[in-house]
Amino acid sequence: MIDIIYRIGHFVLITVFSMALGLLFMGIARKIVARIQKRYGPPVYQPYLDVLKLFGKDAITHGFIFDFGAIMALGGVIATLFFIPLGSWQLYSMEGTVILVIYLLAIASLGMAMGTVGSGNPQASVGISRALMQMLGYELPYLVILFALIYRYQTSSVWGLMQAQAGSFLNWNLFAYPLMAAVAFVVLIGMMGKKPFDSMIAPSEIGSGPVVESGGKYLGMLLLQKSITIIIELALFVNLFLGGAENILIFTFKMLIVWVLATMFGSLFPRFRIEDGIKFFWKWPLGIAILQALYIII
Amino acid sequence: MNNNFVKGSWQEILDWAQNKSINMLHYCTGCGAIELPPTMTSRYDMSRFGIGPAATPRQADLLLVTGYLSTKTLRRLIYTYEQMQAPKFVVGFGSCTINGGMYWDSYNTIKQLDKYLPVEMYIAGCMPRPEAILDGLLKLKKMIANGEADGYKRYEENLDFYHQNQEAILGEVQRTQ
Repeated sequence: MIDIIYRIGHFVLITVFSMALGLLFMGIARKIVARIQKRYGPPVYQPYLDVLKLFGKDAITHGFIFDFGAIMALGGVIATLFFIPLGSWQLYSMEGTVILVIYLLAIASLGMAMGTVGSGNPQASVGISRALMQMLGYELPYLVILFALIYRYQTSSVWGLMQAQAGSFLNWNLFAYPLMAAVAFVVLIGMMGKKPFDSMIAPSEIGSGPVVESGGKYLGMLLLQKSITIIIELALFVNLFLGGAENILIFTFKMLIVWVLATMFGSLFPRFRIEDGIKFFWKWPLGIAILQALYIII
Repeated sequence: MNNNFVKGSWQEILDWAQNKSINMLHYCTGCGAIELPPTMTSRYDMSRFGIGPAATPRQADLLLVTGYLSTKTLRRLIYTYEQMQAPKFVVGFGSCTINGGMYWDSYNTIKQLDKYLPVEMYIAGCMPRPEAILDGLLKLKKMIANGEADGYKRYEENLDFYHQNQEAILGEVQRTQ
């Protein structure tokens, strides 16, 4: 009984922590982008105010599927969160969590897709179809990398892959396999929908894509979903390539560094068209990933 | 009574959050649109006050009507306004929305925005400079924080008045509900 209460408390704690941290990261990103554009920028705590405001607004529903899609998107990412070690915080550790995480992340995207179908807005459909196509683009190189790592360390749990890099920082996959880390970084930018690969949300072209019909409380919920997604993707990168961390503070610091770098890269480039983005993913990242995988296997 | 007190304080918190975070939908068919890029970008960065652009009406809190409105665009403006989620605010921008401005004798533009949509405040000028826009938006923030910006409530209360005026100039207007 105590064990169950402890575990539920842990669930809630991790979820709230990731939401808060993700929103903080979004605030930091807005500040960085502003400084790059020689602006002063909104305060760092602006996303918290946005969420509070959005939950105080009215919201209009477009039917059951629309509601269910939003809940599925949020639930999907919260479920994913429990399989990723954050520092020493780790709820479930078993073989195969790497593959499980990739599957569960897709559930969140499919939830978004359901929501957009429910709203019936053509721009939302265009946005989500681009998002799913882009997923097809970046998941291929990412899976090649993951399978190469799984083969190299003979374990398929995120925790195990993190443990395998323990010891000196030279054991980190970032230094052991730098090409692979570079591919994963490009994939990370694509996953987070940052600038060269943000054709799915293109605000001036298709009115922010999948979230075009979500206002008020729905947008607040999707903002929270986005914040957790950011934490998941950063945590996965830190665990796989920066050797994780023994406590949550160092882990947060590593995530912050990766996030700042990704934001800076993101604010330098113009937007790819969706087909060019996929072509890019299937040409350079996939090619380099396969080369590196061959190097590991042979 | 206790319940009312809780409700009131919660409303104050929401008003405070709303005044710190405003997503603006700029309805850029009038010439005032040209003053908005400098207001939003590096020169007079408006995001430092928590005011940012919104992509769609559903996500917006503030409808900025930039300049004159022909009867054709008024219809779209009304549809846009009705898609927004309360609390929502309308700001008239430039003298065209106040009294018709230089189009005072045009057969095809409306003279007074206030008759068709509930306007919180006007920013006068032809065109108002970015400084004037920022000044106006800061005043709007103060109004929201004090709970004075209640245009959406006025619209609901005087729905017949607004609908009558809209239909008088447009003929039939599609209503969602």
